[in-house]
Amino acid sequence: MAEERSLRQVLERIGAPVADHRPWPRHTVDRAGWLSLAGMLRERPDWGLLGLWGEPDRVHAALRDEGDGEAGGAVAVVSLPCPDGRFPSLSAARPAAIRLERAAHDLFGLVAEGLEDTRPWLDHGRWEVARPLAAEPGPGQPPRPYPFLTSEGEGLHQIPVGPVHAGIIEPGHFRFTANGETVVRLEERLGYVHKGIEGLMRGRPAGEAARLAARISGDSTVAHSLAFARAVEAALDVEIPERAVWLRALMAELERLANHLGDIGAICNDAAFAFLLAELGRLREAVLRAADACFGHRLMMDRVVPGGVRQDLAPGGVETLRALVAELRRRVPPLVAVYDGKTSLQDRTVGTGIVGPELARRFGAGGHVGRASGRGLDARRSPGYPPYHRLEFQVPVLTEGDVNARVWIRIREVEQSLSLVEQILDRMPGPPQGLDGSAPVPLAALPDGRGGEGMALVESFRGEILTWVRVAPDGTVDRCHVRDPSWFQWPLLEAAIEGNIVADFPLCNKSFNCSYSGHDL
Amino acid sequence: MFKHILRSLAGGPVTESAPPASDAALAELGGRLGAAAQRRLGRSLAIREVDAGSCNGCELELHALSNPLYDLERFGIRFVASPRHADVLLVTGPVTKNMAEALRRSWDATPDPKWLVACGACAVDGGVFAGSYACVGPVEAVLPVDLRIPGCPPRPAEILAGLLALLETSAAPVSGRAG
Ligand code: SF4
Repeated sequence: MAEERSLRQVLERIGAPVADHRPWPRHTVDRAGWLSLAGMLRERPDWGLLGLWGEPDRVHAALRDEGDGEAGGAVAVVSLPCPDGRFPSLSAARPAAIRLERAAHDLFGLVAEGLEDTRPWLDHGRWEVARPLAAEPGPGQPPRPYPFLTSEGEGLHQIPVGPVHAGIIEPGHFRFTANGETVVRLEERLGYVHKGIEGLMRGRPAGEAARLAARISGDSTVAHSLAFARAVEAALDVEIPERAVWLRALMAELERLANHLGDIGAICNDAAFAFLLAELGRLREAVLRAADACFGHRLMMDRVVPGGVRQDLAPGGVETLRALVAELRRRVPPLVAVYDGKTSLQDRTVGTGIVGPELARRFGAGGHVGRASGRGLDARRSPGYPPYHRLEFQVPVLTEGDVNARVWIRIREVEQSLSLVEQILDRMPGPPQGLDGSAPVPLAALPDGRGGEGMALVESFRGEILTWVRVAPDGTVDRCHVRDPSWFQWPLLEAAIEGNIVADFPLCNKSFNCSYSGHDL
Repeated sequence: MFKHILRSLAGGPVTESAPPASDAALAELGGRLGAAAQRRLGRSLAIREVDAGSCNGCELELHALSNPLYDLERFGIRFVASPRHADVLLVTGPVTKNMAEALRRSWDATPDPKWLVACGACAVDGGVFAGSYACVGPVEAVLPVDLRIPGCPPRPAEILAGLLALLETSAAPVSGRAG
């Protein structure tokens, strides 16, 4: 049956392979090919959209054949040259494409034909240029009114919130339409923290662009640095020192622990249970201090770089981390028991902010949001990257899709990360000793005069990051696109709050904890 | 539950001693204070934080100030929900063009006398985002800055040291400057 074809086979049939794209293939298709692919996406719910991004004269989409059992072989990029700046929209088949296509329009002027929502997304009419990344940017457009979607009915009222929120939170705008206390519709408007990161990366040496990658979303600085480094290394076909591979995973797991511990506490705090915020806040602080002692920075910013890691584990680091794991193993379970045993907490989290499995699949949501709603994907496992294939861990999955499920996914992931840190400490190869007895991890040299294209999928604490990069032969970044997991989670927050009361919004929001900065870029 | 609370109570306080108020910050502030500055705030500061485009790294460390180890509130320093309740606007990020107006409005909504603190490398000089089409640049390009706390992100102890310096000189800014 023709429908049984895998994504790879289809792309080989309708597209031409592009050389020097690693580790997964990229195919260029013509308009007819793109259209037929768009048609197929409707019939193949198992082909997930991983990303969609522009260049001045073409558009790319990354897809994954979730039904293809071949590990790591199921990812592919498809590209459509569009010299007239137009391409057929994928949004009807994949609603997750809507915001990505709106962003491609704001940055490159690319027009997605058939896209229903053509309101600007990142461009608020405040830049001095329009289409800043296009071959020929235009003069800036003055701010125009942003028409929010309408909800009509008796007794409905709107509550605008933001961009400046009441707490120490990133800026964004939420427009609630409510009937009494019940939320009928939530609409998000983002883009307030758009910093033009992809534009700033252009023309910079990969090592310098890595500093920008590290600052895409500060809470996932290790994961974003890792995704960027792996994409550059794939583009240039570089192997990094073995110990660096393990140190990267160690940092990534510490980052996951710190974030999950902090977030679980914050969620409970939003349910008026400050005890757990205080206790888990202490534990988060313990992780950050251990990270600082081991790697010289509490968030481990700029430690993962193309070619390896900037810094080896400090002397005594192994003991510090073993003590940390022991402390967390002792202190986390009783706190989990408190969470589980408090009816006042359960009353707020169980059944609140539900995201159904079908919706999570259609938006391709990953991380704790996807896993709480039945999606068991984890980039550490599939497509996977070293050293995780040599480590044992489980990917927790639940199907309730409520705030409670997202809390429990995080709890389970904390347990898994504790075990992963231990396994890494046990198995990490020893440092290559320098002549003076010191143990720096050498950086793999990035080759000169060799360019290429590379892509990486890396699991952050929030979900899967996609980074795609084209490195010019002189070692500078020609184009880099980064898709934070938040892109596919923000739209689900709108769905999660529907039918809940306004007062439960902070709880829902915190259980997602989408990144504004990672999304706005 | 009670077991945990009892254990926490028996364990004694976990707060750490405060860092010395930053000398550099004190010097900077000292230079900005006129002889006529009146004591208004006593030993208390209400801070409204505004993220004007940060990567959220600075926010994480600002949050850490409220954990039991730093426990910012024991110094009388509080984060408040509205600029109208604030003595201090503490700003992070390279001020994106999309946030500049919201930042200005927050400042205008803060009652006189008021202070402005630029927190983190981005707020101080634009950081790695300087020169972007989407960023205005340092906070200074938009509003008058009283205190700069460098670092990417500054550690909680560094932020605390800066804020304590602000508290030590807890007098109103020279009248007529703010607004
Ligand atoms: S100073 Fe550093 S941590 Fe703070 S917002 Fe800027 S990039 Fe992020």
